[in-house]
Amino acid sequence: MIDNLFILPFTLGMITLFVILFIKYGLWISRLSKIDKLRIVQSLFSRRTLAAISESFMEGLIHRKMFRRHGLLGYMHMSLAFGWFLLIVFGHIEVFVQTGSFSTYPWIPIFFNYFNHDSFPGERIMANVMDFLLLFVLSGVLLAYFKRINSKVFGIKKTTKLKPGDRFAMASLWCIFPLRLFAESATAALYGNGGFLTNTVALCFQWVTPEVETGLWWAYSISLGIFFVCMPFSRYMHILTEILFIFLRHYGIKLKKQFNSYSRIQVYSCSRCGVCIDVCQMHIANISNNQSVYILKNMRDHDLTARKLYNCMLCGRCESACPVGINLNDLRISQRIKASKEYNSDYAFLQTLPCEPVVEDKKPEVIYFAGCMTHMTPGIKKSVVQVLEKAGVNYQFMDKEKGACCGRPLMLAGQYQAAQKLIEFNREKIIESGATTLLVSCPICYKVFRDDYELGQITIKHHSEYFLELVEQGKISLKKSDKSIVYHDPCELGRGCGVYIPPRTLLSKTGTVLSTEQEKVTSLCCSGSLGDLSLSMADRNIIKAETLKVLLKQNPDVLATACPLCKKTFVKGVDIQVKDIAEIIVDAME
Amino acid sequence: MRNFGFSTTKSRTIDYEKIDNRLIRYVLENEPTFNACLSCGSCTAICSAGNLTSFNIRRLSLQIRLGELEHAHEELDKCMLCGKCLLECPRGINTRNVIMLMKKGLYLIESESKEKNDR
Ligand code: SF4
Ligand code: SF4
Ligand code: SF4
Ligand code: SF4
Repeated sequence: MIDNLFILPFTLGMITLFVILFIKYGLWISRLSKIDKLRIVQSLFSRRTLAAISESFMEGLIHRKMFRRHGLLGYMHMSLAFGWFLLIVFGHIEVFVQTGSFSTYPWIPIFFNYFNHDSFPGERIMANVMDFLLLFVLSGVLLAYFKRINSKVFGIKKTTKLKPGDRFAMASLWCIFPLRLFAESATAALYGNGGFLTNTVALCFQWVTPEVETGLWWAYSISLGIFFVCMPFSRYMHILTEILFIFLRHYGIKLKKQFNSYSRIQVYSCSRCGVCIDVCQMHIANISNNQSVYILKNMRDHDLTARKLYNCMLCGRCESACPVGINLNDLRISQRIKASKEYNSDYAFLQTLPCEPVVEDKKPEVIYFAGCMTHMTPGIKKSVVQVLEKAGVNYQFMDKEKGACCGRPLMLAGQYQAAQKLIEFNREKIIESGATTLLVSCPICYKVFRDDYELGQITIKHHSEYFLELVEQGKISLKKSDKSIVYHDPCELGRGCGVYIPPRTLLSKTGTVLSTEQEKVTSLCCSGSLGDLSLSMADRNIIKAETLKVLLKQNPDVLATACPLCKKTFVKGVDIQVKDIAEIIVDAME
Repeated sequence: MRNFGFSTTKSRTIDYEKIDNRLIRYVLENEPTFNACLSCGSCTAICSAGNLTSFNIRRLSLQIRLGELEHAHEELDKCMLCGKCLLECPRGINTRNVIMLMKKGLYLIESESKEKNDR
């Protein structure tokens, strides 16, 4: 009986872990909004739960997305998580094979070799399977040691820094499996009950006495116990948080602009894999302290500075690369909202603006909103109008003379209440017009119209989508030239709204569209972004030069954009033609 | 005093020693590029808010440099942060950040003096 005392560290550790987890999950879920809680209850017994289980399995254990980014990194995470999982599962199977029943004390499968020295039918097979799984996990542990020494091999330029609590948890995690190997090998040396691995290692353990053996099992149990207790207070909590996050996401819970309990769950789901560090273009300008992983860390530690918070282009490259699927852009915006909520404007002057009277019998089919940025690029504005006229569209130009901003730049800066004022003002005008389609020529406006305007039945179209429809309906016809075109995906249109194909299809009717190394979801930011408030012009130019290098590698005749801000940014840096899709269409119209 | 039907205007002499430089100092500390502003007015010419109201960002900047903060709050509230000025500025000044900092700085100054009054 005395011998069995070594199960205590493990058992107590596990109980502590479960209690803390129960409290943490409970608090998080209880702080969700009423509607979100209702969503959970409604979908608890639906197919969504199954989908969430399968995703937890694929991402939490197998790390499929991580594999796609980098094989070795994926293997490391998988061998640790999935290997450990299999060890537990097969540990139970081993007990079942021996006793014919699954009901046993939870520590028996963990310390099976210590408690069972007798042979039973299937014992050899099970011992070898368990050894194989242990080897699998150990290979991951070895890689983890190696990653700390040299992270470049894993495709990561920089690895994240550790806090003392994390070090403790990491050290205990690193000890668990080597100690298990030694303990099982010692037992194997004494009783010959090991598999191919432990029996081999046992050859070096011929000298052990039962006391040493028990000591090793104690060490194994203690390292497990320490890890379990440290886990909820260390970076490893992300594993357990991510699973909750996956479930909530499948239940249809969406991140709100205002920071709430769901945002907190996302913040704690970050595995610090470092993928977001590498994809960030800010490195080009030697800005290496504000990538998402650091911001999330600052959010957890409550030490986020304004400088770091506002120095990010919100290009969304990190968000789309994040294997956990954290809504990094909106999380950052939520912090900006928090930081600037005391000084929002109410735009009282909007109330006193003279409104054009609505002419009832001349209801337009399309209402065109150019937005501030298109007004900065008169060529685009003129071209859009020209195409609409040519196609004979019944349209109204909403902000031809005077118009308010769409609100997206305010939203990006965290001025949430202020943005709402502009949204209300514009929404009323759009709905009043009676149009069924809202046409925009700026992706920045497009994004806010889609996400925050709630326009009901009115469909919102970017001009690249709308013009493609006009071509398909035969309302305009285009002449194909032999020009080669490279298309640049604007951040807000591509990653922001998922529009990648229509601009390319449309352009391919006017020339040959070349593809580039980084396009669509991985396209680079032009650097002109309104998401960044403090990036200097000099740094913007450095980043822009790199983006242009990628875009112009094949020497295209035309660099096409679909965003007035991208155009304005690129024009000041190249000799070749930079044109908006609208301008290219006008040139190609017959 | 007898009313002669006319009045004298307040002296516009600027005493640089006495300027209330709290706001401009705060802005410049956090966005040093604003030092390079040459008051050319390009930002004002293109301004979206200026198209709708009497908002004049160049004038406002000058006033803030002179420590005249009476109308600053009300004026700043007209800017929609659209970023047109940013693209137009020949000096590459982060105008949007300047405006956000002015708003924040003003808020800090206002809440500070409120605290003093409460005490
Ligand atoms: S934010 Fe996503 S990509 Fe970045 S470290 Fe965390 S999990 Fe990895
Ligand atoms: S949004 Fe873009 S600029 Fe900001 S941290 Fe992510 S990759 Fe970097
Ligand atoms: S950001 Fe403000 S100051 Fe600049 S152009 Fe727009 S409304 Fe005017
Ligand atoms: S455009 Fe630039 S330099 Fe000119 S007044 Fe405005 S901020 Fe100053």
